[in-house]
Amino acid sequence: MSDGKDLCYLTIREAQEHLKGRQVSSVDLTRALLERVHEVEDRVKAYVTVTEARALEQARRADERLKAGENGPLLGIPVAIKDNMCTRGVRTTCSSRMLENFVPPYNATVVERLSEAGAVMVGKTNMDEFAMGSSTENSAFFTTHNPWDLARVPGGSSGGSAAVVAAGEAIFSLGSDTGGSIRQPAGFCNVVGLKPTYGRVSRFGLVAFASSLDQIGPMCRDVTDCALVMNVISGRDHRDSTSLVDPVPDYTRALRPDLRGLKLGVPKEFFVEGMEAGVKEAMETAIRQLESLGANIDREVSLRYAPYGLAVYYILAPSEAMANLARYDGVKYGYSADAPTMWEALEKTRQLGFGAEVKRRIMLGTYALSAGYYDAYYLKAQKVRTLIREELKQAFERYDALITPTSPSAPFKIGEKAADPLQMYLSDVCTIPVNIAGVPGLTVPAGFVGGLPVGMQIIGKPLAEETLLRVGFAYEQATRWRHQRPAL
Amino acid sequence: MALSREEVRHIALLARVGVTEEEVERFREQLSNILENFQALQKVDTRDVPATGHAIEMKNVIRPDEIAASLSQDDALANAPRREGEFVRVRAVLEF
Repeated sequence: MSDGKDLCYLTIREAQEHLKGRQVSSVDLTRALLERVHEVEDRVKAYVTVTEARALEQARRADERLKAGENGPLLGIPVAIKDNMCTRGVRTTCSSRMLENFVPPYNATVVERLSEAGAVMVGKTNMDEFAMGSSTENSAFFTTHNPWDLARVPGGSSGGSAAVVAAGEAIFSLGSDTGGSIRQPAGFCNVVGLKPTYGRVSRFGLVAFASSLDQIGPMCRDVTDCALVMNVISGRDHRDSTSLVDPVPDYTRALRPDLRGLKLGVPKEFFVEGMEAGVKEAMETAIRQLESLGANIDREVSLRYAPYGLAVYYILAPSEAMANLARYDGVKYGYSADAPTMWEALEKTRQLGFGAEVKRRIMLGTYALSAGYYDAYYLKAQKVRTLIREELKQAFERYDALITPTSPSAPFKIGEKAADPLQMYLSDVCTIPVNIAGVPGLTVPAGFVGGLPVGMQIIGKPLAEETLLRVGFAYEQATRWRHQRPAL
Repeated sequence: MALSREEVRHIALLARVGVTEEEVERFREQLSNILENFQALQKVDTRDVPATGHAIEMKNVIRPDEIAASLSQDDALANAPRREGEFVRVRAVLEF
């Protein structure tokens, strides 16, 4: 049998084979991962909470189910959960002082579904506070380090969930994506990440940031694993009225090694000014590869409204956030500051409980919705949202999918953009239009620039996850980027 | 789109977020810069364009109104910073 570190870098499918063939037990696999966590965590800092005892208990139960002849794609497989998804009895902090000691009385639907499928939760991962950020530097606790270069950010906000997969600290993870928070960190860490169609995965139990944009999705070592996880977490949930009723296909059936008959568009607006030269080169190589796999590529696609996505997003998301975060009043749960009167206590609770970026966005949203500015900001942004969505809809009448870089740069240095919010916002420029339109987006590893990962984004129309997985799968079969491991 | 310190204080009051004088100045600068950047939206012609609230269109979603188990009182109160018996204790809202 392979050594511990090799176990930690198995894909779900490989681990499943090992478990089925009884070469290893789920307890062995979980122990190997926990050892790996102890070995690298002081350098990577990806977990807010490691649930060691609970994980071993879940692994023992999975082993019993396996012994009883049960068979399931995620049975006995260790997973990490972003710390904004509620886990009954395990604190869920959103990497915020506000929820530092919050222990949810219920599970998020995705957590419930993973648990029923027999997945083993290793821990809860670090993130930008309330999912607001692109680097994990906004975590109230600590910054996660990119396993490929510890001086750099892992991306965000699901930076911890990306880093644990890259560092061999979990077999897969769940992230959430409001403007790129699964895809940008996955791209930064050489991981596959899928933001499903809005409503494909239930948001029940996901701490709300911007309700019309938030979506949960898988972060994995390859596209097949993404398909396996989607099979488990997708589908209608009566506790989330925005979850879609459309039947869930078996996503693994979409995985084919060629792209014959597919028409792919490359929108030039996503190759933005100031984009890193190495990222552009990697993208050009990747696009030629897609062509050699049989895809028909059109490089002259134009999405003229897409560049307005950033402004639309940073008006709409803070506006929704300011309403969602109004619930943190220090009364029902969460941090509560002491002061003589109710109003003073409320203001102090929010002053001390929220970090700078969260306050900035609450104030931005409050301003955009306030009397006299509503039409100029909020309503205007909603109208431009319509234009962005319509334009993408038209593009999907001509193309099966669109190909773009996931981020305009490779992972940046810790501290590099922390002082300038606007510069930080720009790192989401390629991923934001996807959330605005509610469509699905997949990122797959597409090479390295100076030893740092580059991601390729594949965008499809609503419920076209299968097309995205097919494109990602064919590309990944033809390349070897996913087999690279960071020197940790 | 330069905000004044007074406007920043007013927004903070509406949002019920306490701010120090130093924060007022920093937020004033940062928010002004961000809003300035968003002026680009004004260039887009949106006459006759409807607003989008949710990107995926859905009709009314209804379900049968059935009684089912929910959180126990203890679970619901477990995270309350101040509790009194079966109640959440709050500070006086009205003062006489």
